[in-house]
Amino acid sequence: MPKAKLPRKSTHIDMTAMCDVAFLLLTFFMLATKFKPDEPVVVKTPSSISEIILPDVDIMLLTVDPKGRIFFSIDNKLKRKELIDEVNTNRNLGLTDQEKTAFALGSSIGVPFGQLKQYLAAAPDEQKAFDASAPGVPVDTSVLSVNNELAEWVKSARLQNPKLRICIKADGDASYPNVQKIIKTLEGYKIFKFNLITNLKAVPEGTAAYAEKHKA
Amino acid sequence: MAEMDTSSSGGHKKGPGVKKGKKLSTRIDLTPMVDLGFLLITFFMFTTTLAKPKTMEINMPYKDEKLKEEEKNKIKNSVALTVLLSKNHRIYYYEGIGDDPNKAPDLQITYFTPAKGIRDVIIKKKKMVDDMKRLGQLTAKDETTVLIKPDTTSTYSDLVNILDEMNINDIRVYAIIDISDIEQGFIKETEAASGQ
Repeated sequence: MPKAKLPRKSTHIDMTAMCDVAFLLLTFFMLATKFKPDEPVVVKTPSSISEIILPDVDIMLLTVDPKGRIFFSIDNKLKRKELIDEVNTNRNLGLTDQEKTAFALGSSIGVPFGQLKQYLAAAPDEQKAFDASAPGVPVDTSVLSVNNELAEWVKSARLQNPKLRICIKADGDASYPNVQKIIKTLEGYKIFKFNLITNLKAVPEGTAAYAEKHKA
Repeated sequence: MAEMDTSSSGGHKKGPGVKKGKKLSTRIDLTPMVDLGFLLITFFMFTTTLAKPKTMEINMPYKDEKLKEEEKNKIKNSVALTVLLSKNHRIYYYEGIGDDPNKAPDLQITYFTPAKGIRDVIIKKKKMVDDMKRLGQLTAKDETTVLIKPDTTSTYSDLVNILDEMNINDIRVYAIIDISDIEQGFIKETEAASGQ
């Protein structure tokens, strides 16, 4: 009896469909992506149940790292340029146009005014190394204190853009007195409302907030 | 799809003398392209920030040096709960605002644990205030008030955690206040008494 011949099938798989899927996903991620802004320090924020989403514009970000160093930044390159002009005049820093551009394009500032010129003159990768050992923006409990340079930054930034929303992004391990100094500085300018950046965590069951959320 | 039928089946038949041209497949191996595609996807997935950061809004009590003593809001002792944040995420709390100079408040220790922690203390306090309202000892305007006093040894995460508890337990009136020397003394005494 002759054996039934099985037709030999090719082991080739048509990759076209898979290729289509891959590039579809790729397109999605490329369009949906927004690169993480350059952060001077790694900060692990504590969690809260708050679901308010941080807006994209008009943000003043005060980053506090575990050691309590403060980094200051605002969004919008044009506003940054105006800000550095203002601060330059107020504090007689003698910055060149190039250094001002470096500020406008850069990210956070974590150096005292005394070191600002040197910091801005450095190349971007040198600035990163600088950030690692930077002392942070000096701050004090009173806005009137000469050492309170954060107060100068906050005041100038708010002059440029009164709509600025102030956000504090502090590491969970930062000690309270460091955060307290920032709060005191803001209070000195009669800013009593600000935002704390947190991670999202689930609402614990059996609490008032849980009942509110699951109210039919 | 990506292949074309180049075999001459069903077409006109060539004569026996006609030489067949070598058939070249137009099929392209797409595997490397798929590899590349997925590599890029992986890259974008890792660098992307799909989840936007969340924020917690906080209102500090209005402060003004010019504010006169009698214009300030006074809180009743019965609705107040004072919470002192201390080192190692420890919480000391006592009922009332602790303004009686003759009687030191009775400090209790608790932690941010989900069970039998500060949450239960707050819930208990809230229930107590509600009961007092029902009995007519307090007016409807009175609300449970939590005074948060972080000690210098506490961390920022303690502050956020306690503010979060306020949201979780629906405490509408709370304030962050500077800790006084007397209260720091209380903490030290309690620490010494419990041998820590």
